[in-house]
Amino acid sequence: MAKIAYYPGCSGQSTSLEYDLSTRAVCRALGIELVDIEDWSCCGSTPAHTVNHVLSAALSARNLALVEQQGMDTVTTPCPSCLSNLRTAAHKMEDASFRDQANALLDTPCTTKIETLSVLQVIAEQVDAETIRAKVVRPLTGLKVACYYGCIMNRPPALMQFDNHENPMAMDKLMGLLGAEVVPYPLKVECCGASFGVPRVDIVTRLAGKLLDAGRDLDADAFVTACPLCQMNLDMRQGQINTALKENFRIPIFYYTQLLGYALGIDDKELKFNKLCVNPRPVFKKLSELKEAAQAG
Amino acid sequence: MRIGVFICHCGSNIAGTVDCESVAELASGFPEVVYSTDSMYTCSEPGQEGIITAIHEQKLDGVVVASCTPRMHEPTFRRAVERAGLNRYMFEMANIREHVSWIGKDKEHNTNKAADLVLMAVEKLRRNRPLVPKSFETIKRVLVIGGGVAGIQAALDCADGGLDVVMVERDQSIGGKMAKLDKTFPTIDCSSCVLGPKMVDIAQHEKITLHTCAEIEAVSGYVGNFSVTIRRRATYVDWTKCTGCGVCTEKCPSKRSPDVFNEFMGTTTAINIPFPQAIPKKAAINPATCTMIQKGKCGVCAKVCPVGCIDYEQQDELINVDVGAIVVATGYDLFDWHKYPQYGEGRYPDVITSLQYERLLSASGPTGGHIKRPSDGKEPKNVVFIQCVGSRDRSVDRPYCSGFCCMYTAKQAILTKDHIPDSQSYVFYMDIRAPGKGYDEFTRRAMEEYGAQYVRGRVAMIYPHGEQLMVRGADTLAGTQVEVPADLVVLATGVEAAQGAVKLGETLRVVPDQYGFFVESHPKLKPVETNTAGVYLAGACQGPKDIPTSVGQGSAAAAKALGLLSKERLESDPAVSKVNLSRCVGCQKCIGTCPFGAIKAITDRQGKLKAEVIETVCQGCGICTVTCPQGAIQLEHFTDNQILAEVNALCPPKMNASFE
Amino acid sequence: MNIIDLTAADCDFQAEVASRSGQDLKTCYQCGNCTAGCPYTFAYDVPVSQIMRLIQAGQRETVLNSKSLWLCASCQSCTTRCPNSIDVAKVMDVCRHMARENGCVSERTSKLFTDAFLQSVEKHGRAFELGLMATYTMKSGRFFDNIALGPPALLHNKLSLKPHSIQGKEQVARIFERFRKGE
Repeated sequence: MAKIAYYPGCSGQSTSLEYDLSTRAVCRALGIELVDIEDWSCCGSTPAHTVNHVLSAALSARNLALVEQQGMDTVTTPCPSCLSNLRTAAHKMEDASFRDQANALLDTPCTTKIETLSVLQVIAEQVDAETIRAKVVRPLTGLKVACYYGCIMNRPPALMQFDNHENPMAMDKLMGLLGAEVVPYPLKVECCGASFGVPRVDIVTRLAGKLLDAGRDLDADAFVTACPLCQMNLDMRQGQINTALKENFRIPIFYYTQLLGYALGIDDKELKFNKLCVNPRPVFKKLSELKEAAQAG
Repeated sequence: MRIGVFICHCGSNIAGTVDCESVAELASGFPEVVYSTDSMYTCSEPGQEGIITAIHEQKLDGVVVASCTPRMHEPTFRRAVERAGLNRYMFEMANIREHVSWIGKDKEHNTNKAADLVLMAVEKLRRNRPLVPKSFETIKRVLVIGGGVAGIQAALDCADGGLDVVMVERDQSIGGKMAKLDKTFPTIDCSSCVLGPKMVDIAQHEKITLHTCAEIEAVSGYVGNFSVTIRRRATYVDWTKCTGCGVCTEKCPSKRSPDVFNEFMGTTTAINIPFPQAIPKKAAINPATCTMIQKGKCGVCAKVCPVGCIDYEQQDELINVDVGAIVVATGYDLFDWHKYPQYGEGRYPDVITSLQYERLLSASGPTGGHIKRPSDGKEPKNVVFIQCVGSRDRSVDRPYCSGFCCMYTAKQAILTKDHIPDSQSYVFYMDIRAPGKGYDEFTRRAMEEYGAQYVRGRVAMIYPHGEQLMVRGADTLAGTQVEVPADLVVLATGVEAAQGAVKLGETLRVVPDQYGFFVESHPKLKPVETNTAGVYLAGACQGPKDIPTSVGQGSAAAAKALGLLSKERLESDPAVSKVNLSRCVGCQKCIGTCPFGAIKAITDRQGKLKAEVIETVCQGCGICTVTCPQGAIQLEHFTDNQILAEVNALCPPKMNASFE
Repeated sequence: MNIIDLTAADCDFQAEVASRSGQDLKTCYQCGNCTAGCPYTFAYDVPVSQIMRLIQAGQRETVLNSKSLWLCASCQSCTTRCPNSIDVAKVMDVCRHMARENGCVSERTSKLFTDAFLQSVEKHGRAFELGLMATYTMKSGRFFDNIALGPPALLHNKLSLKPHSIQGKEQVARIFERFRKGE
């Protein structure tokens, strides 16, 4: 399998360290060779594009230029926000005058169009289903999961060009391959509150609470996410949600790479389940009980 | 040649910015002009008499009138010169109104330009020659394509007017979309009760021949003399024997055929009569689901049929028929709402189309006229109607308004309350389009008497919420987001061109617009004519239309066909292409390029391939003349010589200038 | 209620939003689909469809002073579903840029968070979450909003305690410098 440049994103260094580590472990297991971008910097995230589009593009383009300098033309990132920024920058810079404006802010300009793909897309499109199925050593049989994609993994569709933008299926299919029972989660692309957790926590508790509620309706054992911000809002803020909404949610929120890694038999140390705030132990307990029951039966 | 020139003032329309007297004076010096004058209204009775008198007195053999557009009065002046004894093609018109006086204010420039245009007309006229139209007999038979309400009306009017009619319908029964409706707006009268008798008339009228399960394979010929090939699909039932008793449909063990008539709400048997009032009331086998045809096992229908009409070996049949005129009434299809992923793409059984809802309301439908939602058969209490699904939406390439969805949605809201008194309807709309007689009052009734909640805004998403569907929309009048937990969601799916319309258009040489609706000859003055003589349009194949308008158009198209075929013989326009056989090399490029199929290949006496124009089919467009690499085809009345003479009049060749 | 004098519409505002966003705002026919899908409508003072309408009506002050601009998360649901294919999220972005340029800040905490985030990036080359939280909390004075997050974050070692500075952080800082110079 071809090498691909890898952009972990800032949160991968702290709040979503487990996402970064499990992504690397899973890619290694599936034969995807990730090449770190040397000395990468922040893509600018949402704050940059809310201030100015040229500034935002330049912050992203510094990284695209690094990919170019490392002699590669495609970069992958686990984070949908980074994905969105890097893709938007590359797309806008196809316009010559915009490109000049953005490059004028950089020490080293970005001259070619670098393609950015999510790690999810790379796995979904470059690893065939049978390869994954054959590598499963700890199937998720009997586990009911709700796959939540977040608002910008697939939107706007004209820019993202991946999966169905109202009902994406990439993670559903992946979890299905691992043996999990995937519930038809209806709010796959509904926003969780994004980065308003800091300035307006009331917004996040309301929106993320609605998401948890829809998962509970379907009797899901756990959520599977692909976005550091979504995961944090649903997991780390679950207590805040419970307080604000007078609820009692206790739903573990995994990164899809963690469960994929688990099924592939990757060591728990690389998957860092201990980083999850809502205790995931009931999930593994259920899995082992189901396994025992199946063996006994 | 002795040419007379007549400059029209058109009141002040022309004379306001053109010095007409000067133009007449200038024209008197043009080649071969022996008489030149100006008049207030040349098209008026005295104006025309002036032309006729001048022709007689001045012994004119050609006339130029400089006035308005030839689209307006060329026929008028041609008749006038003909009355004076000249050939009607010895007449030319210069448009000094639309092309001069209405578009420029400078009188001096306008006057010069008008004189130039008159000179061009004179130069062309000098090269005109008398042309004589050919005449030919017409066939007193009309083909009606499509057996919906528009086609039915057209067929009955033609037949009552004394013409033979051949009706071709793609489905198993005639009746079209109207036969599927429960009630009709704004009177709430039963759709099949008003349509049924007309369908029976089609079956019983001695002048009407009906072919269902049939489509148009090929059309050739021209106005008055079309030759049509119809393909009738195998029904595997001998309809000359079938009595429509229905025993076969009761006994058929293959009960998983898609129920097309009921809009796929449930299934039906492989041998089937689509609905009780079907015309013709004959059974047909769906070969895709019949186990006898698929696997060679079963044969139950053949065993139980009391008249022995089942024929598993039946083949498609080609039927040839000659007709004088064609009425196209192929109707419409519904927009494929699955293009809106936010409405579930079919994942939610309780999101249905408006036409599916009609089948739920109808006593002959799959639920016997009781509103039961598809998922669990429960009676819905909260029913949400979403309008403009596939209408007025550029993002799905449907920017046009489908016209009648507002009305049928109001009707369905009313009927919902009638069927389920403790129900509540919510209608999401953008604008209410109710311009017909009694229409706006009808939508008001839905709100005021039947309590339908009208909410102005689109719906962004539908998602399951327990046993219900959460509908999230906007109320733009209240300026907020709204949510409705619904038991059933009905999508007012928009209208699009019938499947296969573009292909049929190619067969008939009728042009579809970018959305597949057939284009009429003139949007105001020729609404049912097409640019192919003898082919007329009726109903929604031309654009979205409700029932009254479709019926009106059916009658209008019939009147056109009756008018056309009331003449014993028709004249063809002699301004058509003509092949110079000695120059033609038989390359056949013209045959490929002709949009009307008016050129055929012939072999001359030496056995060489040549092209020949079928004069009655040629529409005089001139494409062949510019295609021919040999310059062997000329368009009569618009020959290269005539057109170059006009060009030279406007821009005299430099050679002449330098040698003179 | 504010009565709008339609003849006093600020056409320059309309044109500026259109040109900076590259969107044909005249095609908006007020179907409300953006508002219908927007998860933030409950928190807005002016729903997004009305922002679109007010731009059409040239109401610069009302638009640039609305809280909604600062509460839009750019989740793209409006853009994705607009029947006229208007990039509504981009229009919101552009209005927010203009509000910032004009000193209109109706959701202070939202702006402070953005500023703290970008300061962190400018300083370290990458976002340093603990640091930017500290900056935000000091400037906003909102000490208790997220106090509940302390225990779980510490317990699960969520936050890195020191910034991950990069070698090229000067390059990143220069991006900001040049940007400010060009403004």
